[in-house]
Amino acid sequence: MRWRIFTNGLIRENPVLILMLGLCPTLATSGTARDALGMGIAASFVLISSNIVVAMIRKVVPNEVRIPVFILVISTFVTVVDYVMHAFQPDLHRMLGVFVPLIVVNCIILCRAEAFASKNGIFNSILDALGMGIGFTGAILIMGIVRELLGNGTIFGRIILGEGFHKAPVLFMILPPGAFLLIGILKGLINYFQR
Amino acid sequence: MAEKRLKVSASPHIFARQNLKFVMYAVILALMPALFGSIYFYGLRALYLVILSVAAAVVAEAVCQWAYKRPITITDGSAIITGILLAYNLPPGVPYWMPVVGSVFAIVVAKQFFGGLGYNFINPALAGRAFLMASWPVAMTHDWLPPAGGTISGLDGITRATPLNLIKAADVDPSVIERLTSLEGIRALFFGNVGGCLGETSALLLLIGGIALLILKIIDYRITLSYLLTVVVLSLILPIKGHPPYNILFQLFSGGLFLGAFFMATDMVTTPVTKRGRWIFGIGCGIFTMLIRTFGGYPEGVSYSILFMNVWTPFIDRYTMGRRFGTR
Repeated sequence: MRWRIFTNGLIRENPVLILMLGLCPTLATSGTARDALGMGIAASFVLISSNIVVAMIRKVVPNEVRIPVFILVISTFVTVVDYVMHAFQPDLHRMLGVFVPLIVVNCIILCRAEAFASKNGIFNSILDALGMGIGFTGAILIMGIVRELLGNGTIFGRIILGEGFHKAPVLFMILPPGAFLLIGILKGLINYFQR
Repeated sequence: MAEKRLKVSASPHIFARQNLKFVMYAVILALMPALFGSIYFYGLRALYLVILSVAAAVVAEAVCQWAYKRPITITDGSAIITGILLAYNLPPGVPYWMPVVGSVFAIVVAKQFFGGLGYNFINPALAGRAFLMASWPVAMTHDWLPPAGGTISGLDGITRATPLNLIKAADVDPSVIERLTSLEGIRALFFGNVGGCLGETSALLLLIGGIALLILKIIDYRITLSYLLTVVVLSLILPIKGHPPYNILFQLFSGGLFLGAFFMATDMVTTPVTKRGRWIFGIGCGIFTMLIRTFGGYPEGVSYSILFMNVWTPFIDRYTMGRRFGTR
């Protein structure tokens, strides 16, 4: 039962590919595998932390103001992530730019706080957040790897497809339309295999 | 065969002698003069590029339809047209793999992903060109070849630029513009003795095929006419560095305008079905072509303006639909 809460987020209810949540960071920060992984980990940390706190305070928060309270909790952790990333990964911080503060309004995190953590205990909320976080990180990492591989010939900065391809890659995949194309293909594949 | 089977379709049940195959192969025939022109100007290399592009488009269509378990319809000629048009949109000096990649993208992503012939929302050949343009901008904007018999400006043979490129370049010698917009330059543009994409250079050869299609009523004169007229009107308003007299003819004959106006903006699938809508479509194409040519970052705007108006097509259709009597 509890195991199912964890595995829900991996494939069956994958936040990006099935629930279609958090598409904005998925499309915008999956240009390279490194950006994608950084975004995935940052969002997952915020997701887990906010789920814990929301589950703890769920009985004392009045129903009418719960959304502002959740946002406040989430933005606290986003501030932590923002400062930590700025201090230890300045390059990554510069690449992700405005998308780090925008984790505050990431719909995956708010959705899990609203739909799960505010109705369940702390332990279950952690499991849910872990599953969803890994599901999000996995999906955005797949996007990042494919886009970097085709758009630059590299994965995590290492040349994979040869020097010639690296010099004249399929730039289209690094550009925004490549992200839309790829997420459409991924969604189509998922639908195909679910049937 | 498929024609022999009983088909149930929505009214009106009007009989037309034209069927899909007739239309497609007529368009292919109409594109042939420009192919001979490009072989004359750029040698057999042009022919190879077209053949590779067509072969890739047909194979991609067959593989895609096989994978989707749809009936395989490669003989209807639509993939061949996509292949030819894509090759016509490439600079003649591009590497041989490029038309193949572009054709596969055009057929697989722009056409079959959306459901095949009749369901694509943008012109597949232009989508393929836009894809190549975004992916390999250097090759797509620098691989020009000088045409056989030399060029009129003298310069576009050396720097391998197209007339529109030269006009746009900030540091160009005023005498070059003078020569390009002179009567002699216009004549070269008309017959095709200029640098440019494979099939777009000769306005005359495109005109032959285009007028044949107009007479056969395969393409709609409304789009072509409104497109060309809009360009004419706007070329009176938007000057090229202060050279008014031959501006109209220069804008008409240069770049891919004839190819776009006769063969790509008239694609039946991606253009409005209403008559008023087609006028609007053509005018929109003309406006954006001239705006990109005059103010945009690219020297030529035909392909992007047609793609842009393709996206507007459902909207135009909805608002130009005729009103049934007695309804609001």
